[in-house]
Amino acid sequence: MSVIDRGHDPRLRAALLGGRSPAFWRSLDELADTPAFRAFVDSEFPRLAGRFAAAPDRRAVLKLLAASLAMGGLTACTKADHILPYVDKPADVVPGKALHYATTLVVGGYGFGAVVESHEGRPTKIEGNPDHPASLGATDAIMQAACLSLYDPERSRLPLRDGQPSDWSAFLAGITTLRAELSARRGAGFALMTGPLTSLTQAWLVEQLRAAYPQMLVCIHDPLAATGADDALASLFGAPTRILPHFDKADVIVSLDDDLLGDGPGKLAHDRAFAARRIVRDGARTMARLYAMESTPTVTGATADHHWAVRASAVPAVAAALAARLGVGGGAPGAAAVPDAALDAIAADLRAAPGRALVTAGAHQPKEVHQLAQAMNAALGAFGTTVDYIASPEYRPAGAVDVVGLAERMGRGEVTTLLMLGVNPAYDAPGDLAFADALRKVPRTIHAGLYVDATAKAARWHVPAAHDLERWGDARAFDGTASIVQPLVRPLYGGHAAEEILSALLGRYNFTPLEIVREFWRTEGGLDDAAWAAAVQKGIVPDTAPPRILFDARPIVPAIAAQPPSGIDVRFVADPWLRGGEFANNAWLQELPRPLSKIVWGNPALLAPATAARLGVATGDVIAVASGNARVTLPVSVEPGHPEEVLTLTLGFGQKDTGAVGKDVGTDVYPLRAASSPWMLADVTVTRTGDRARVITTQHHQSMEGRDIVRSGTLAEYVADPDFAERPETPASDTLYPPWPYREEAWAMVIDQTACIGCMACVSACQAENNIPTVGADEVANGHEMHWLRIDRYYSGAVDRPAVDFQPVPCMQCEDAPCEVVCPVNATVHTHDGLNAQVYNRCVGTRYCSQNCPYKVRRFNFLEYQPYGEGSASPLAALMNPDVSVRSRGVMEKCTYCVQRIERARIDARIADQPIADGAITPACAQACPTQAIVFGDKNNTTSRVSRLKAQPLNYALLDDLNTRPRTTYLARLRNPNPALAQDTKETPNG
Amino acid sequence: MAEARAATAKLVRGDPGYPEITGRIASIVLAGRLPRAFWLGFLAFFLLMLLFLFAIAYLVAVGVGKLGIDIPVAWGTMITNVVWWIGIGHAGTLISAVLLLFRQHWRNSINRFAEAMTLLAVAMAGLFPILHLGRPWFFYWLLPMPNTHMHWPQWRSPLVWDFAAIATYITVSLLFWYMGLIPDLAVLRDRAKSRGAQLFYGILALGWRGSAYHWKKHQTAYFLLAAIATPLVVSVHSVVSLDFAVGIVPGYHSTIFPPYFVAGALYSGFAMVLTIAIPLRSAFGLQDFITERHIENGARVMMASGMLVAYGYLSETFYDWYAGTPFDQYELVARALGPYAPCFWVMIACNVGVLQLLWFRRLRTSMVPLFIIAILINVGMWMERFVIVVTGPAQDFLPSSWNTATLTWLDFALLFGSLGTFFALMFLFIRILPAISIFEVAEEAHEEGSA
Repeated sequence: MSVIDRGHDPRLRAALLGGRSPAFWRSLDELADTPAFRAFVDSEFPRLAGRFAAAPDRRAVLKLLAASLAMGGLTACTKADHILPYVDKPADVVPGKALHYATTLVVGGYGFGAVVESHEGRPTKIEGNPDHPASLGATDAIMQAACLSLYDPERSRLPLRDGQPSDWSAFLAGITTLRAELSARRGAGFALMTGPLTSLTQAWLVEQLRAAYPQMLVCIHDPLAATGADDALASLFGAPTRILPHFDKADVIVSLDDDLLGDGPGKLAHDRAFAARRIVRDGARTMARLYAMESTPTVTGATADHHWAVRASAVPAVAAALAARLGVGGGAPGAAAVPDAALDAIAADLRAAPGRALVTAGAHQPKEVHQLAQAMNAALGAFGTTVDYIASPEYRPAGAVDVVGLAERMGRGEVTTLLMLGVNPAYDAPGDLAFADALRKVPRTIHAGLYVDATAKAARWHVPAAHDLERWGDARAFDGTASIVQPLVRPLYGGHAAEEILSALLGRYNFTPLEIVREFWRTEGGLDDAAWAAAVQKGIVPDTAPPRILFDARPIVPAIAAQPPSGIDVRFVADPWLRGGEFANNAWLQELPRPLSKIVWGNPALLAPATAARLGVATGDVIAVASGNARVTLPVSVEPGHPEEVLTLTLGFGQKDTGAVGKDVGTDVYPLRAASSPWMLADVTVTRTGDRARVITTQHHQSMEGRDIVRSGTLAEYVADPDFAERPETPASDTLYPPWPYREEAWAMVIDQTACIGCMACVSACQAENNIPTVGADEVANGHEMHWLRIDRYYSGAVDRPAVDFQPVPCMQCEDAPCEVVCPVNATVHTHDGLNAQVYNRCVGTRYCSQNCPYKVRRFNFLEYQPYGEGSASPLAALMNPDVSVRSRGVMEKCTYCVQRIERARIDARIADQPIADGAITPACAQACPTQAIVFGDKNNTTSRVSRLKAQPLNYALLDDLNTRPRTTYLARLRNPNPALAQDTKETPNG
Repeated sequence: MAEARAATAKLVRGDPGYPEITGRIASIVLAGRLPRAFWLGFLAFFLLMLLFLFAIAYLVAVGVGKLGIDIPVAWGTMITNVVWWIGIGHAGTLISAVLLLFRQHWRNSINRFAEAMTLLAVAMAGLFPILHLGRPWFFYWLLPMPNTHMHWPQWRSPLVWDFAAIATYITVSLLFWYMGLIPDLAVLRDRAKSRGAQLFYGILALGWRGSAYHWKKHQTAYFLLAAIATPLVVSVHSVVSLDFAVGIVPGYHSTIFPPYFVAGALYSGFAMVLTIAIPLRSAFGLQDFITERHIENGARVMMASGMLVAYGYLSETFYDWYAGTPFDQYELVARALGPYAPCFWVMIACNVGVLQLLWFRRLRTSMVPLFIIAILINVGMWMERFVIVVTGPAQDFLPSSWNTATLTWLDFALLFGSLGTFFALMFLFIRILPAISIFEVAEEAHEEGSA
């Protein structure tokens, strides 16, 4: 009962009016002298209970006052009693040596296998789990940022009841009452809302709940859900099915607005498989070819050999036209968005690769496009070779509704109790549902989440949820493989796993999450103790991937009605890092440049240069976008390669209720979203407001200016002249200084620009490994961002359809380093193994090294970005990698090939009295890279992988005419354009 | 007409006797009755000095991130100010030392305040490299100081040479200025009425009695110091220019820099001498000592050095084109048409355009226009330093990194604060010490046969 309720409490009223109350009262509870207050006093101060009952005399009151004063500070002393140092230390704990645990991070409901580095019980760094099919050892930026979310001091810390602090036992008491009601009404009026769910344990619990309360409603809410593929596959197979593309078997791939490399639960595996067919080494002379039609610029289009910017509403017509050329369906001979000649060439290319061709369709595209894609795949013999189907790993019970269905029922007053687990519908439900208002009308609402977000504020009860790194659980990967979520720490802020709440609803209060998960896997999953231990240790539960479904259905060929485009469309996209907004309070993700736009800390509307010119707007101008009653104002950013007459609006920003990091960053575009068509909005009104707002990017110049920076060529050029990337006119290396002798190793790196897809995982990994601070929107706008490694993105060719090149730029570790000679205090020095080391303690901050660095890879602590001084209690201090110094203000910092990992390997090698094996050291960037584009090793060892790559004819050094002799070199980018579209490639010369 | 020219050509106008020379100059200090305008002027500059102190405190407390710099333009106004102030200092050394050695007697009435100007300008210049640092409290790590920290300068770095050059310069300038002051301090001691002033000047005069023996030793030491100071006119700014010339950044990497910087230094230095001398002579009625000939000579030196600077611009442009690398050529165009184009054209207009007015003798000898020209040249030279410092790194090798630095309130506060401090100290100098060398003017008058 809350204070508000108490206002109507007749007992309180009586106490206030009846004059029976004590002269002074500390709270309304005491005034009312309720049994609850008595109980509280008894439980809090059991020894006082007796005394309190007897009326205290003056002397006793004074004694108590004095004692309170004297002992008031004692609560600050939390030193544990009876602590003892290790005498026999635990077998696996060596202070100073990191331990690694396998676990699973859940993003969008799907599991990504991770191996977490833990220092003395503090998780500090996420790596991919090589055994996990969705990771294969790689990570994406979101996984890397999980540790920051774990320690985020702004996470929810207390159960809240009507916004007032409460506690877990009070919550459980409420659940008891709720259970009684639910049992009585067989669950009628009760709705459970959860995000997309692949957790088998949670599904098991929900099934038990549905058995216990048959009338209950289950709502699966995912703001990023797209039903096109599900509907198309369900129409084919009759059951929820998931498509499983095999890019490693495909020679010709056509993406119909599918960001196959940058989005989805299988992206890391897809990246690896795709890169495997793209990398050309030694004798090989073939590579896969990718055509991409895209309705907003993506890394897939940037990586593709041919890409066309097509507005989302025109993709069905393109799909139909392509299908017609493959003999699937009739009619629809042309689609204006892609020239007929190109479609002819693509169709011919696809037909020439039967069994090795693959057509994929974007998740947000309508059902028809997916059906056409399946029909084309069937015609191309893709089933069983480049495409497989599996039963969907997602839990979707019969009768489950989405947020639209739930809102309808809420509107009809059919929902009296709503339990929301890990979802934020008050923020991310489509704007036309007015969900937040509907939520307030539900009598009993319970929310469990990591943050006190909009939903938590609207709900009567909020319970802090446990982060993936502090809970037990399980999840399935995109291919259905199950894995265990293993906690690295006990919940830092008293969070509780969803399993605990579900279990409590079943009447089992004292189960820990571990017991729940273990019980499921023992009873349902058939894991005995040894198998369980192996599954937890390895990070996957073997043989849990569902079998491939044999495709024997006849593909459905839908008819596509040509829609003449009208007005300006809106294409909604999930932010690649914040997704629907769940990671908005993560500063690493807010500050990580978006792969193509390089925008940070905001979500301007993206639009094509031609559209911007027509509307008379430039980057930074504020526009109002209106559709129906909804109106949103936000700045624009002009993006080359964006389809014309389309605005890309990014979800996940502009939250009012989150931590200080994510609050009011960017603009909330959910209000514009329509429940009927969540991903596209036709014919919106766009007006200039006349205001300006800043659009913060980390790259201000987009062209290579004709310089020899990213060298690229076509496969045909490479076959004709493998040495095309070499520049014989480069002068011989002359220097005044004697050459460095390298008696031991000479570390070096090779970055394959053909494999790089610009996904930014390496940048995020570098930030996590090297304690790199975030600086905030204002400081990035001042050019003070700190990422040691950046991915440069260059456009070339036509502005409406540019070729895109990515170039990851870490420190080049030059042999003749311009930085080393100019430092007046010896703070940047050449090591015996060839690194340009930075001695932070010696640096006084002249910044001469950065001025003289032609690659501009040095970063300066312009201000105190990480004020974790002695005595600082920020939980973020625990996030720091203890092997890397935290830099103070006024100090230059830079990439050192993760020197801490090199030294760790050297120590291990010395102890073992062995040379450091090739591959024993992997810098954080190389480890995270999903396409394995970054290779590190010893250049002195002629058999090392890095030496062999440096011997490749594609190898070149960036700005080699400056004679800096970089250790980091690049492999020139290869494209594989269709010779039949030669005219087309001429529009985008030189990559 | 011819008479008038002869009169203006004389270095000491009229016919003052020694006592009059001594009296008129010393009374500025000793009488202490300075016009109200003097103190109002001092107050204005003192307020700027307070701003300077606040800005320094803020910079040290919060960090250099509050300046407009960023990556890639990690050097900004702090380095600009160093180079500019050092340049201003050069004129003083040239006037006092080089012209002394060449027996250019016209220098005698302006050398004292020119030396003071040098000293104060170099003091300002010496502050800025420290304020530039990320961790200014560790500036002494640039010194070759054996200690337990085991830090030792990295001798290949031009910043170490720079540090040494500036430290040498400030030491020699101070000694030279003080050496010249000793006979005059003795005059002030002898003429002072109050006990405090007698003690103050007496201690500073180091027991000077004006004996022939003293004079002989003094002259020897003075000329010796002049001989030491003379190469500094060339070396200091050459070394400062190496900060840029050694760098590989387009726009920095240029062998023309040392002579071009020295010419620029003299140019801005003489502009500052005129900026001070013109108001000084009219405010204190010193037209007899600082004559039109002095002023015109200053203008002539400005012309010569300014034309050298213009030649420097030309040759830099030529070599950027002739070198044939895309980076230098891009830099050349970017400077004139890029984001810093306004700064570049202000620099050209002030340093090359306005300078051409000095071809007219009437302008060289009319005080108000000359004063305005001198100020414009000071502005132009600051712009030149700024353009050199920021345009190179703003658009160097990899276009992905290109970005511009901005100017924040702190940049302006430190620049104008340092100007205020400089002038406030100049006012104090005029109040406390003879702004014109008494003994040298007297000597000059004697040699001209007027006394």
